Amino acid sequence: MSLRGKAAIVGVADAVSPTGELDQHGRALEAAVIKEALDDAGLTLADVDGVCHATSSVGLAEYLGIHPTFTDSTNTGGSSYEIHVEHAAAAIAAGLCEVVIGVYASTPRGDRSRGRQRSFQRPPGPNPMVEWELPYGMRMPMGPYALAASRHMHQYGTTSEQLAEIAVSTRAWAALNPRARYQDPITVDDVLASPMQSSPLHLLDCCLVTDGAGAFVMTSAERARSLPKPPVYVLGAATCHDHSMISQMPDLTTTPGAVCGPNAFRQAGVKPGDVDVLMGYDSFTITALLHLEDLGFCAKGEGGAFVEDGCTAPGGSLPMNTNGGGLSYTHPGMYGMFLIVEAARQLRGECGPRQVAEAEIAVAHGSGMVLSVMSTLVLGAEGALS
Amino acid sequence: MKRIEPPVGEAAEPFWEATRDERLILQWCTACEQPVWYPREVCPTCLGDTLEWRDSSGQGAVYACTVEHKAEPPYVVALVELDEGVRLLSNVVGSPPDQVAIGDRVTVTWEPLSDGRNLPLFELVN
Repeated sequence: MSLRGKAAIVGVADAVSPTGELDQHGRALEAAVIKEALDDAGLTLADVDGVCHATSSVGLAEYLGIHPTFTDSTNTGGSSYEIHVEHAAAAIAAGLCEVVIGVYASTPRGDRSRGRQRSFQRPPGPNPMVEWELPYGMRMPMGPYALAASRHMHQYGTTSEQLAEIAVSTRAWAALNPRARYQDPITVDDVLASPMQSSPLHLLDCCLVTDGAGAFVMTSAERARSLPKPPVYVLGAATCHDHSMISQMPDLTTTPGAVCGPNAFRQAGVKPGDVDVLMGYDSFTITALLHLEDLGFCAKGEGGAFVEDGCTAPGGSLPMNTNGGGLSYTHPGMYGMFLIVEAARQLRGECGPRQVAEAEIAVAHGSGMVLSVMSTLVLGAEGALS
Repeated sequence: MKRIEPPVGEAAEPFWEATRDERLILQWCTACEQPVWYPREVCPTCLGDTLEWRDSSGQGAVYACTVEHKAEPPYVVALVELDEGVRLLSNVVGSPPDQVAIGDRVTVTWEPLSDGRNLPLFELVN
């Protein structure tokens, strides 16, 4: 059974601020974006019978006072939300539930400035990472991505200038988004002049640290057509992971997106050339570059040359990360939710100055942990189904 | 760099004991003749549980590397591919960080830990 066209995203919401900081946090913030997404969908909490949350779907459901028949606490880091959509689409298609909500909220800046305890804890006792990686002082999370970038440069001649072009193009999108954290244009020279972190990654090759929250509502394609907003159909969804620690990644220049990307495209019956908007998780510039290759927008090793002429910037042939991305819009830690929210808004034509004309097919490609867990959603407007 | 001293995982006790004598040893699966890294109870290729420890050459090449520039002084974190075919995360020491490049030949060297074990690091050959 294919998932194509069986379920749809019918409501989305996100909370971000150009200051990088939000007033609310925790469950209250989650509840606020859920309310907004349900309003957007024209549904109420009473309609909800499925819940996705990357750490505690059971706790969330209790807080909201609902009794779901579908629950998913899958946590793969930043790609968790793409996987939640995949699982929810499958559950809806199988009749396990009818209306599913997914939510994410994280407020690292607000927590720091207000002295709130963060809940993150390192896993206890001996585990492979504590034993085999942490003793060597690799900075997290940029160290593993720096290793991947170094290998890509060595193997394919990719340059810092080419990586910088991704940051520049993404900032150009952010300049069109009044809700983005950073909106001032930057140049390749600005990126190269920003302080080196873990070489070859400069500060402006790295994503932001901001507060943020987002939510989605999904239901069956049939019910979606009775709701006020145009449905955003799940055309294809696929996931793959091949390591947990960077030192166990089979090939530092190829992510498991090379498996799940083509799988999702096949299911959707579309090709990379059909994609109007690519939301490709940009924790670092190298992350986005690897997605371009692994999803088949260009050949392996040619990502640097592909981005060089600014083709992912506004007006380019492949609009990428049109909200301004993790590099310039927001990045609260597990950014995958925002890929889904922006893809849905583009397909509904709600993006104002940054709207991609006649966007019918969008891809939200999540990346979790250290290039470990990839999950690809191919999403489409009504016209993509015919 | 302030080291986080590694704990001793159950499967890795022989590995860490050998480091006391500055010996780098690797697990091999006797069923499928593959080297296994990191140490485990079963072979990740065939799930066989007849693993044995063999001496490693301690020789290899830099597969990927980064310089942690925010540290004072900066240092090299590298993935070293041993000649046996497995990749270890480590540091390449003994040379200026900007002298270390992918493909460089390296050999194991040791840094004492507080409990008599030694931590395997690498240095450039020549």
